[in-house]
Amino acid sequence: MALYSEVVMDHFMHPRNVGTIEDASGVGEVGNAKCGDIMKIYLKIENDIIEDVKFETFGCGSAIASSSMATEMIKGKSIHEAMALTNKAVAEALDGLPAHKLHCSVLAEEAIKSALKDYYEKNGIPYDKTQFPDCENCGHCHD
Amino acid sequence: MHVYADNAATTKMSQVAINAMLPYFDKVYGNPSSLHSIGQEAKEALDAARETVAKCLGCEPREIYFTSGGSEADNQAIISAARVGARKGKKHIISTAFEHHAVLHTLNKLEKEGYEVTYLDVKEGHNVTARQVRDAIREDTCLVTTMYANNEIGSILPIAEIGAVCKEAGVPFHTDAVQAAGHLHINVKEQNIDMLSLSGHKFHGPKGVGALYCRRGFPLTNVIEGGAQERGKRAGTENIAGICGMAAALEDACQHMDENMPKVAAMRDKLIEGLSKIPHCALNGDPVNRLPGNVSFCFEGIEGESLLLLLDFKGVSGSSGSACTSGSLDPSHVLLAIGRVHDVAHGSLRLSLSEYNTMEEVDHMLKVVPEVVEHLRKMSPVWRDLQTGKREYIL
Repeated sequence: MALYSEVVMDHFMHPRNVGTIEDASGVGEVGNAKCGDIMKIYLKIENDIIEDVKFETFGCGSAIASSSMATEMIKGKSIHEAMALTNKAVAEALDGLPAHKLHCSVLAEEAIKSALKDYYEKNGIPYDKTQFPDCENCGHCHD
Repeated sequence: MHVYADNAATTKMSQVAINAMLPYFDKVYGNPSSLHSIGQEAKEALDAARETVAKCLGCEPREIYFTSGGSEADNQAIISAARVGARKGKKHIISTAFEHHAVLHTLNKLEKEGYEVTYLDVKEGHNVTARQVRDAIREDTCLVTTMYANNEIGSILPIAEIGAVCKEAGVPFHTDAVQAAGHLHINVKEQNIDMLSLSGHKFHGPKGVGALYCRRGFPLTNVIEGGAQERGKRAGTENIAGICGMAAALEDACQHMDENMPKVAAMRDKLIEGLSKIPHCALNGDPVNRLPGNVSFCFEGIEGESLLLLLDFKGVSGSSGSACTSGSLDPSHVLLAIGRVHDVAHGSLRLSLSEYNTMEEVDHMLKVVPEVVEHLRKMSPVWRDLQTGKREYIL
């Protein structure tokens, strides 16, 4: 199918890191069912390193592929490296996304940041709030 | 096995239709407007095709106008009735909330010009009643336009009853019969239809060609200006090959309708029965008055585009009304119109059959659709929330 690149199709057909983590250090969920995509990321963090990451996604092919790729890109990395992951890097790693699907990679970046924020808050670690998207008011989904 | 189950989008051409087209590319290639014999030969083919289409609809050949497809026919019918209405000071139109965009967007254009449109509610039974139409008719109503059958959910509207109501009230009645022509018995005179749109590629004919039936005496407004083709109502050198292919396909479909209808409906019913067993799903559309080939479901907790991609990989071509397949943030207006909320409308699947499908193919779909739904639910946070009670089931 020419709609998506081979990398997108591979990650969609064989998504990596699907599932949940029982005692996750941080959990982030972005999007909403009304808009048609929700991403949930679970992180297991030890000594500032992302030891494990899992995801659950309700959404289209590119949303599932973006989640899969993004989790692969932060697995084993430091939380600082994970914080630096951009939607652009996810889209590039997927060998590109159609223009109207780029928001799926944005969602992946936001889901990871949301999980990291949860980790910081749970552990009382101070963090720079401006680095995190305000999902409630981002305007991605509107009626 | 590859199953083509998207016949409501378009159909495979029949050999009958292909054969009917072939002479008009390099043998009878004349322009029907030309006086010489090569042109007149094309003119004869055009006349014969017009007669065939007229016979299939129960009207006179002079009441058939060939167009580029269903959308153009819809545009012309609605614009024509609106112009007639305006001359009499009537600028109210009645339609339904689940029309095709060819109708809805034309109506939106008229609304910007000052027309008022009543969109009949389709939540009850996923259909409209003639009573709703009668109750909506006003002194200034210049047109009732309702589809014959819905393309997404398969509901067949009570066309003869609506036609009777319109006749009694003296209001012109147009129907977008793109999904019905060649699939259901149509007789424009008996059903009191003043205008009807159809499209060649929905019944194994070619794309890019359609027809507008317009009752004799009803003044059409040109949408395309130019030469005097189609009794001066639709300019442009006629698409002879396409017109002949469409006429042959329609004739073939009408001749075999009585054998195809029960065959296709049996496959539809088996598919509906089998898919209904998937937990937390719902059938969309009128369960009784339903197109023979339409199967439409919403599955809770999953999204339609990923469902289609996986089905395609497993050899099934279907369609969905999810936002991701519509190219906008909103799911199909048809699913929203029948009362499906966004969350559920995103998880829709339409499988549309034709007589070219087989029971073996139905069995294949009954095997793979539940597998794919389950696979996607397993990775869906929405499904997890539904199962753990964090979110309430809608279906």
